Amino acid sequence: MRVLEARKLNEQVTLLKLKAPRIAGKVRPGQFVIVHQDEKAERIPLTVADFDVQQGSITVIVQAAGESTRRLCALKQGDQIRDLAGPLGRPTDFHNARSVCVIGGGVGCAIAYPSAKACHLNGARVDLIAGFKNESLVILRQEMEAVADDFILISDDGSTGNKGFVTDALQQQLDAGRRYDLVIAIGPVIMMKNVCRLTRSYGIKTLVSLNPIMIDGTGMCGGCRVSVGGKVRFACVDGPDFDGHQVDFDELMQRNNTYRPDHVCHLKEAR
Amino acid sequence: MANMQNQKTPMPVRDAQERITHFHQVALGYTYAQMKAEADRCLQCVHHPCTQGCPVSVAIPEFIRALKEDQVDDAYDIITRTNSFPSICGRVCPQENQCEKYCVRGVRGEAVAIGRLERYAADHHQPHPPVRPQSSGIAVAIVGSGPAGLACASDLAQAGFEVTVFEALHEAGGVLRYGIPEFRLPKAIVDDQLQQLRQLGVRIETNVIIGKTITMDELMQEGFKAVFIGSGAGLPRFMNIPGENAAGVFSANEVLTRINLMKACEPGYATPLFASRHTVVVGGGNVAMDAARCIRRLGSRVTVVYRRSMKEMPARREEIEHAQQEGIEFLTLHNPTSITQNQDGFVSAVQLEIMTLGEEDEQGRRRPVGSGQTITLDCDSVVMALGTTSNPLLVSSEPRLKTDSRGCLIVDANQKTSMDRVYAGGDAVSGAATVILALGAGKKAAAAIIQALTES
Repeated sequence: MRVLEARKLNEQVTLLKLKAPRIAGKVRPGQFVIVHQDEKAERIPLTVADFDVQQGSITVIVQAAGESTRRLCALKQGDQIRDLAGPLGRPTDFHNARSVCVIGGGVGCAIAYPSAKACHLNGARVDLIAGFKNESLVILRQEMEAVADDFILISDDGSTGNKGFVTDALQQQLDAGRRYDLVIAIGPVIMMKNVCRLTRSYGIKTLVSLNPIMIDGTGMCGGCRVSVGGKVRFACVDGPDFDGHQVDFDELMQRNNTYRPDHVCHLKEAR
Repeated sequence: MANMQNQKTPMPVRDAQERITHFHQVALGYTYAQMKAEADRCLQCVHHPCTQGCPVSVAIPEFIRALKEDQVDDAYDIITRTNSFPSICGRVCPQENQCEKYCVRGVRGEAVAIGRLERYAADHHQPHPPVRPQSSGIAVAIVGSGPAGLACASDLAQAGFEVTVFEALHEAGGVLRYGIPEFRLPKAIVDDQLQQLRQLGVRIETNVIIGKTITMDELMQEGFKAVFIGSGAGLPRFMNIPGENAAGVFSANEVLTRINLMKACEPGYATPLFASRHTVVVGGGNVAMDAARCIRRLGSRVTVVYRRSMKEMPARREEIEHAQQEGIEFLTLHNPTSITQNQDGFVSAVQLEIMTLGEEDEQGRRRPVGSGQTITLDCDSVVMALGTTSNPLLVSSEPRLKTDSRGCLIVDANQKTSMDRVYAGGDAVSGAATVILALGAGKKAAAAIIQALTES
């Protein structure tokens, strides 16, 4: 699969537009693809950020976290990707909400933006809260602004002019009298957990998009299992979206730690 | 004059201490002399009871006679009349429950080592590229490139059909690729079988998920006159016990996929593998043995925990023996009740209930009964090898496909599903079973498809 466009959105995040006519014709917001850059790379699940049926392309946005994602971020226009499979997972069910608050944290904005856009195109009122560590990490600002009724940009250090967490911004909206029938939160697990804590107290239905450890993405390995409402669910086939008020986020954070450096088998270096 | 030795000619194997340091093949295959000695143990029974035990009806005495007469190429041709994959079946079939179970030599001693002879014929024949038959121009789609799909593809291609195999993963072979380890089935053999299929004109498209990338309707619209679904088993089963989602608890499928498909244990490959010092593998089937033996090769102490006794263990005897030789410990009549985590959420121990054997179940296996008494076994990883439930991917996108209460596809005697011109076989129909049963189902479906499409 050919890279049609590679654009750095910030120091750590790259937007890749990939030629994928079959996937572009099928994918719906919320679904993901598996990207396998070459023979030796990991299979990386990435939620589709945008797609263009005419051009036969899909867009994914990658944050350099490990070796495989770092290498994806270094791709240039015209480069080839060995394998691309999808669309996988269930599309987002927007519940035909009329007043939605979409919350993105960091690279999670890559997915928050298309969700907001979908709700906006569906005629809903959409507020969009985008949180980043600092101003230099802000991505998709214009795109997000264009689909939001209220667009609130906030950063941990205040360098965007607005200091705080996304939950502070959401609280302010609620205090100002905004009422939502749906909140969509996509970002770091701890952010989604905190958003859900707040929305639970207001009784607002909240969707989260999870990105657990995954290999095949087709319901075979069970690595992506999460506890939802006390039941084991597989993010690849049952998700990746879940009712945030039912998700065991603490367990998910622990599971996402499975391959921290001191727990990875080093036999391969030894041999 | 037959060789009246009552034991099978032993299979040469690598030394256990050596082999646990790598993933190379354990059973090395017969030498010429060993093959001859074993072939001479066959009595060439006129009523060939062995063949009735073979799910694909290989003409066993006939191919063994060819071996006796040094006609290895003939032996290979005789086998491949009904089974296109002898190099695979000779290695992974549970012959002791099939052909060898009915061998007359088994009455007084051990059966003829039919599987080992099959492997010899496959490994030593003079390879010749298959002749591509005249195409009928009729296109058939195969969903999944595991044993069921490949067997179906092979028979259809030999009958002149235009066959396209769609595989969801980035490599073809299904369980032969991601599941069965290199030391039991070298991937070069799988590659070779796939190459032969391509020479027959079979197209293999990886990274296509039928039901997602392409729907069943689109397949038909694209001109495929029939579809065979061999999508395999699905979601791994877990026990639903406390602590099961701790970091360090995996399905056997995940461990095997990381090692076999993603080559997590090879230099330069990026997929990580969890490092453990003591791994508990839960289950007693072949998948449990494969996972245990893989993990043992990565340097971990391994204990297989099984709720019944050794006698009821469903894994092949040979696999259990190989595992024991490799230093894998077995703790039978124990069943996990909970998994303890440390403060970071990683596995630190497993609690096991001591079991006893009660009444026989419907299959004649004695049921495990809990004693209420538990022990604690310290470990840092737990691997669940408890089988799989059906994969919801295709069925959820195609409501016309009828499934049973387990989610397995319902088929008729000709492997036909509830959808017109759609057939299915292998684990997607039977639930987790063996390679050879999947091959048999794929062949049966191919025969039905050939009949249906040539009549119409």
